Amino acid sequence: MTSSALATSAPSTSATHAGAETRCAHCGEVVCGKGDYCCIGCASAHAIIDAAGLAAFYRRLEDRHAKRPVPLETDFSTHARVVGTSQAALDLLVDGLDCAACVWLLESLLARHPAILRARANLSTRRLSLRWQGTPADANGHVGLVAALGFRPAPYDIVAVADRDDAEARDLMRSLAVAGFAAANVMLLSVAVWSGHDGSMGEATRTLFHWLSAAIALPAVAYAGRPFFRSAWAALRAGRTNMDVPISIGVTLACVVSLHEAWAGQQHAYFDSAVTLLFFLLIGRYLDRRARGKARHAVRALLALASRSATVVHGDGATMQRRVDQLVAGDMLLVAPGERLGADGAVVDGRSSMDAALVSGESLPQPVEPGSRVFAGMINLAAPIRVRVTAAGEHTLLSEIVRLVEAAERGRSRFVALADRVARAYAPVVHLTALLTFLGWFLIGGLPWDRALLVATAVLIITCPCALALAVPIVQVVAGSRLLRRGVLLLSPTALERIARIDHVVLDKTGTLTLGRPELVEGGADRTALDAAAGIAANSRHPLAQALVRAAGGAAPVAGVIERPGQGLEWNGLRLGSARFCGIARPVDDGLSELWLTRPGLPPSRFAFADRLRPDAGQAIAELRRRGIAVELLSGDRRTAVARAAAEAGIDKWRAETTPAAKADRLAALTALGKRVLMAGDGLNDAPALAAAHASISPATAAEATQNAADAVFQGDGLAPMIEIIDVARRADRLVRQNLALALLYNLAAVPLAILGSVTPLVAAVAMSSSSLLVIGNALRLGRTPSSGGA
Amino acid sequence: MDSLLVLVPVALLLGLMALAAFLWALRNGQFDDPDGSAGRILFDDE
Repeated sequence: MTSSALATSAPSTSATHAGAETRCAHCGEVVCGKGDYCCIGCASAHAIIDAAGLAAFYRRLEDRHAKRPVPLETDFSTHARVVGTSQAALDLLVDGLDCAACVWLLESLLARHPAILRARANLSTRRLSLRWQGTPADANGHVGLVAALGFRPAPYDIVAVADRDDAEARDLMRSLAVAGFAAANVMLLSVAVWSGHDGSMGEATRTLFHWLSAAIALPAVAYAGRPFFRSAWAALRAGRTNMDVPISIGVTLACVVSLHEAWAGQQHAYFDSAVTLLFFLLIGRYLDRRARGKARHAVRALLALASRSATVVHGDGATMQRRVDQLVAGDMLLVAPGERLGADGAVVDGRSSMDAALVSGESLPQPVEPGSRVFAGMINLAAPIRVRVTAAGEHTLLSEIVRLVEAAERGRSRFVALADRVARAYAPVVHLTALLTFLGWFLIGGLPWDRALLVATAVLIITCPCALALAVPIVQVVAGSRLLRRGVLLLSPTALERIARIDHVVLDKTGTLTLGRPELVEGGADRTALDAAAGIAANSRHPLAQALVRAAGGAAPVAGVIERPGQGLEWNGLRLGSARFCGIARPVDDGLSELWLTRPGLPPSRFAFADRLRPDAGQAIAELRRRGIAVELLSGDRRTAVARAAAEAGIDKWRAETTPAAKADRLAALTALGKRVLMAGDGLNDAPALAAAHASISPATAAEATQNAADAVFQGDGLAPMIEIIDVARRADRLVRQNLALALLYNLAAVPLAILGSVTPLVAAVAMSSSSLLVIGNALRLGRTPSSGGA
Repeated sequence: MDSLLVLVPVALLLGLMALAAFLWALRNGQFDDPDGSAGRILFDDE
């Protein structure tokens, strides 16, 4: 521990200056200008962590990076609740809480706060629960501490449904534990009974063992069988039948028949089969639950964006905070730099630039001036502006997106997984076979009713789909963990199945096909112009200015620069900014973003920027083609910019300037043509299209609401994970089919034996375990073998 | 055969104890955050 403790302070010392470029000591971004930090936020985050003596955090992050702090947008005091007489509590959903080091940092830092009594971070659910001495009004201070470190907290109370999911998962686990306990102990007794069949066990002992088994099995079945009984009952009441109906009947019948056998002092009791069956089925159900990962809460996450507060200016100039959902048209809002707009409106006063990435997918900030239309979800970047609200709440563009997502998700929920389709066809066959067996032996075979029922029970037990229930979830769990190692997180239970069938890929441009950050591509040759421009640009956080400084290899900010929000920078007669700001008459429209530099007595210089493609974009597109998948580009960005990116990546079909609704429409049109589309997108404007597509993926850098609309999320700079998802999905699909075939084959072999009455409890136990093991073994092949191809 | 009268209850008791321990752990929240707990043990408080 000693040597590593020494290394803790490294990030804040000069060690970081070793490379050609300086990396921010907090977030790891390239630093423009001088110093250890890329911005004030990172500097203060680092200072907080250092002051608390928790600098070990940076070492524990390993190859990850902390996130850049962003200003708080929500009034959390309205979400906190009073506990007892003098305490308050708050649950938060924390974006960026994705590693053990983050958990440690948050808990340790908050624990040092004198008023905070309890801070517990949950990595699996990204939840943070806080309890402190004081009133709900203190909430913003405490949450501010979380945000100052670079985490993005959101109130958790709107996602209360997740608690019910938690409760269900726990109930399933308790049932699993009870079934496991009962199965082990009943089997222990049963093995003794089976080995005594040669006559070495007396009848009294056997009956005693049967009663003992009953005493364990009956309460266990009553408890652990509830998930199946409930589901079967619900299906029957709705006039349908599902796999849980034969399971419930089989288990119940096995118990009843076995009780009768024990009472009559007969040889065979199926108590062990009943509980083992439940145990295996519960494993399948539990795995199924785990494979689902996090439930999709796209709409809820979208609504979380709306649960913020805004500053309203009254006629007399007084300001007050109001929740966004309580704004009305006509309100005057004061929007500070860094604040997200809560309603649609028109700018009344002030000039600034707005980040519209969330709404339109536009990669660069848009300049706004009095009269400009602005939309909920945009972020004000430069200077304070006043906005007259024209549409709020339900009527904003953001709410429109929410509705589109809702509609699309409803449409998709009609998708029925293969396993369910098999089960639907399988259940009636099972019922019929068991019934015919009973009638056959009773009426034609001449057996007494209880003997005939015993045989029919054996049929139900043998056909009970142990292997069938494990066949799909086990493959999903193996595929899911394999993808997780490659940085892909599956969010939907049927994601793999749907992705396996796709034949068309629709990509968004900004942030999906590209990295979403501009790079200088033209104008860097004139070194003196570049240096002069970089010195001025170092004063601005505008993405283009930052790109310019990066291209110049760092620059010291010159003093006295005046920033004209939404236009450019001015210093000593030099101007750096848009063509209009610099007085350029003939702007070139070649799809590149540009900055102009004008100097007195010198011709103007042009700096052109492009959003670079992901490094392996071209290769990934070629890989998709090789798999017979058509590729299309759909972007909200300008025509020229989209055309350039499409040409570079080798995509021949593209559309530019598409609105969120137009994207969803295009998806619907492709679906109508019989295409199965995989949509990849990252902006909130892509969310409706993601939800409308047959399957969807989104990069981990996407907005949280967008990630939640997607079936899978991938990390990293490359598009290779996308190929990996498709390959794994296709292989998983093959394995699922093989497993289902194996399970059905086993039934075909064993059912005739059961009908003939030669399946004793011992045979049933062996058949059940061996078929389950076979299916599990087959699924594990997916985790071992390397992928068949891919970038 | 007398040994059965001792051994069977003992086996059941042991099994029940394990079951009770598991249910206690579940109720106590030991399985709430498997990912977080895996990392947490590596960090001692400083």
